[in-house]
Amino acid sequence: MYMLSSKIKLTAIILMVVGLIGLVYGFLAAPDNVEEVKEMMAAEEHHDGSHAAVSNESTAQMQATEDASHNTANAEATGAGEGDHGDSHYEHLLHQLQSKPWSAIYVSAFFFFMIALGTLVFYAIQIAAQAGWSPVLFRVMEGITAYLLPGSIIVVLIVVFAGTHFFPWQNEELVAKDKILQLKAGYLNLPFFIIRAIIYLIGWNVYRYFARKYSVEQSNAAVNDYRPYKKSFKAAVFFLIFFILTEMTMAWDWFMSMNPHWYSTLFPWYVFSTMFVSAITVIAIVTVFLKRAGYVTFINDSHIHDLAKYMFAFSIFWAYLWFSQFMLIWYANIPEEVTYFIMRIEEYNLLFFGMLVLNFVFPILLLMNSDFKRIPHFVVGVGIIILIGHYIDVYLLVMPSTIGPNWFFGIPEIGSLLFFLGLFIFVVGAGLGKESLYPKGNPFLKESENYHY
Amino acid sequence: MSSHYEAPIREPLVIGDKSYHDVSNDVAAPVEGRANKSWWIVFSIALVAFLWGLGCIIYTVSTGIGVWGLNKTIGWAWDITNFVWWVGIGHAGTLISAVLLLFRQKWRMAINRSAEAMTIFAVFQAGLFPIIHMGRPWLAYWVLPIPNQFGSLWVNFNSPLLWDVFAISTYLSVSLVFWWTGLLPDFAMIRDRAKTPFQKKIYGILSFGWSGRVKDWQRFEEVSLVLAGLATPLVLSVHTIVSFDFATSVVPGWHSTIFPPYFVAGAIFSGFAMVQTLLIIMRKVVHLENYITVLHIEYMNKVILLTGGIVTVAYITEYFIAWYSGTSYENYVYLSFGAATGPYWWAFWALIICNFVVPLTLWVKSLRRNIMWTFVVAAIINVGMWFERFNIIVVDLSKGRTPSGWAMFSPTYVDIGVFIGTIGFFFVLFLLYARTFPVIAQAEVKTILKSSGEKYKKLRAKHGDD
Repeated sequence: MYMLSSKIKLTAIILMVVGLIGLVYGFLAAPDNVEEVKEMMAAEEHHDGSHAAVSNESTAQMQATEDASHNTANAEATGAGEGDHGDSHYEHLLHQLQSKPWSAIYVSAFFFFMIALGTLVFYAIQIAAQAGWSPVLFRVMEGITAYLLPGSIIVVLIVVFAGTHFFPWQNEELVAKDKILQLKAGYLNLPFFIIRAIIYLIGWNVYRYFARKYSVEQSNAAVNDYRPYKKSFKAAVFFLIFFILTEMTMAWDWFMSMNPHWYSTLFPWYVFSTMFVSAITVIAIVTVFLKRAGYVTFINDSHIHDLAKYMFAFSIFWAYLWFSQFMLIWYANIPEEVTYFIMRIEEYNLLFFGMLVLNFVFPILLLMNSDFKRIPHFVVGVGIIILIGHYIDVYLLVMPSTIGPNWFFGIPEIGSLLFFLGLFIFVVGAGLGKESLYPKGNPFLKESENYHY
Repeated sequence: MSSHYEAPIREPLVIGDKSYHDVSNDVAAPVEGRANKSWWIVFSIALVAFLWGLGCIIYTVSTGIGVWGLNKTIGWAWDITNFVWWVGIGHAGTLISAVLLLFRQKWRMAINRSAEAMTIFAVFQAGLFPIIHMGRPWLAYWVLPIPNQFGSLWVNFNSPLLWDVFAISTYLSVSLVFWWTGLLPDFAMIRDRAKTPFQKKIYGILSFGWSGRVKDWQRFEEVSLVLAGLATPLVLSVHTIVSFDFATSVVPGWHSTIFPPYFVAGAIFSGFAMVQTLLIIMRKVVHLENYITVLHIEYMNKVILLTGGIVTVAYITEYFIAWYSGTSYENYVYLSFGAATGPYWWAFWALIICNFVVPLTLWVKSLRRNIMWTFVVAAIINVGMWFERFNIIVVDLSKGRTPSGWAMFSPTYVDIGVFIGTIGFFFVLFLLYARTFPVIAQAEVKTILKSSGEKYKKLRAKHGDD
């Protein structure tokens, strides 16, 4: 049995407390009205006058080009009454700055939530595929998916209450002026949005509940009684169908509709690839951690090798989808579609292309060698690079759409990252400790234990 | 690999009381025997179809593309439909030999040889279309970046049609090398059994002097793994590049970012359907029921279900985004309300029924394991996937942005004749292959005989694992 050591527990709690302070600060520091925005801008100009003026200029330019983005639309909607262009600019800035702490929480909340969900998908695939190598890892995966319940509730609460901070189509004034948004109101309306979110929440968690239940039942079943395993198999297959459909609509709901004029058919699968590769990486890291602490002597370096191969393969898969989406939009250069990438390339240049190095170039070079994939600390090192890269990826899904050019990596971002990291460690640690890490009774367990590659 | 241990709940992959020698005998039998009457009948039909198609091709090239049913609006129709269809079929072979090797699926061993043969013969057919659909095919070599006397006039690397040239030619060469490498031990086995000096000579040349030493096997395995690792991204990228032909354009319905993975999934879907079609007949005719078992058919049906499911999700996405985009032009694309009710409604519904509704029956276990039904479903999927490509190309082109350019397409007998010709050519090659090549990778099957053979599984059940 694994027990979360008091040292780790304390660390997790400290992370959460520190993170929470950062979060609260983020909300308090956000301006309440236009006057405060003006003061902030003045203070900034005091520091570096010419630079601030230039960046403001480029911000205004950006808004002019970013026609399809809600940012402009919002500014128009809120600033229309004022009439004065200068004020509408500050109104717009105010809205973006107020969205900043929300976005900061959401990026981290979704990042850790998607790791739990991706792990659940990987787990379901292993069961549905009757994999012979991975059963020794099942309890590790089940432990990680313990985070799914709190993580998904938090994420759903954020998207439901974020309102116009994230989703301009929830702004009624704006929709009244926008023909295209009216057309989409059949899908993009608040009640239906909430119903969908609740369906995802229930569906994913119900599968996680039953998967865990059957897994424990199988351990307690008589020899050669495989009924719980068979039930688990069926549940996994139906979950995978449910997942591929809900993941698609989830990506539309929670990310794509932040830019309600923009659309890309590949988008949901792209979000999935980020989720999946991050999850596999975390499985590998947690496994290495448990192995080094001596809890999982039945896991050998071949299992690590296989996980590293998945990290390698799905990093390439992610890059394939990233490139397909980017290249096709770049190549055709249709005005409605390119705004998405113009914002990201002009305002987030380093992150946007740096992420490619972290998520593609490093993994492909470092994990190519078969021997390296067996070295636990090497896999962890590459894993951390991959996780940083995919955090940036989620950051780039959200930030350019919600706060536009006003980004910087500050206290709210670090605070929320620390908070959710602490929560993740705490919940996953507790989840790992609930059952034996040895999944006794699994029909493929012996194959898995004797697995050598 | 863990010695010879396998979980008892796994079904055997080789049934019957087979020894290594039986495997050799069963695989070599069709090569060593003589063709029967029905083989000659089928071969003659395929040959006639091929020759007829050849006639149509010669007629097209010598008279002009105008003999096809194309018009000024619809410049691509059956030619590119058939091209994409054949390339798609070719993908299952590499998937079975490469992707399933990476995933260590032992069941691939009974089917990979024929699937790869199918790949190569299908890519041959596909390769014809980019040339014969040209207005001036005798200048086709201009697509290659070779130094020349026009001030070294070069090609433009921005066109996906040029990427196609590289993709298809690389794909064909790598598949061919991968296939031939795997054939070496099997050709050697036939060489060593050969009774006539002629046969011995031929198979001696084909097997490159393979003698099966430890070092050879070790390198053989490494090469297979490396080639599998290279062929997997290749198979994804080839059909991705084929999809770029459409997706990079600004034609409504073509410009869609999901095309790359969606085309790949569709390729695997249609490719597996074709493997089913061929192998269900082959196992019967060549008496390989003990190697290509109902379990193999069920596994392939599961792959069909999976990829069919992915394709269905892509259909939903296309349909949804066509609406969500709010662009009026998107109402005429191949998966939209306008297409379902427009002049090509029959093509739309053929696609939905063949690719979505009928394959759903495979969710029922008894139907999934029913060989006759599998054959029917596989044939229907082949038709459905042809319609998918037809719809993407023709329906999307038929109603473009300018209503004055709207047009309908109807094929001429030459369009149809060329397509029939490629089917004939494909079967000519495949029938010749089935009589001269070891259709099952016996060397590979022998490696799993003791872990997954029925006889040995029974022995282990009786005497325990150790």
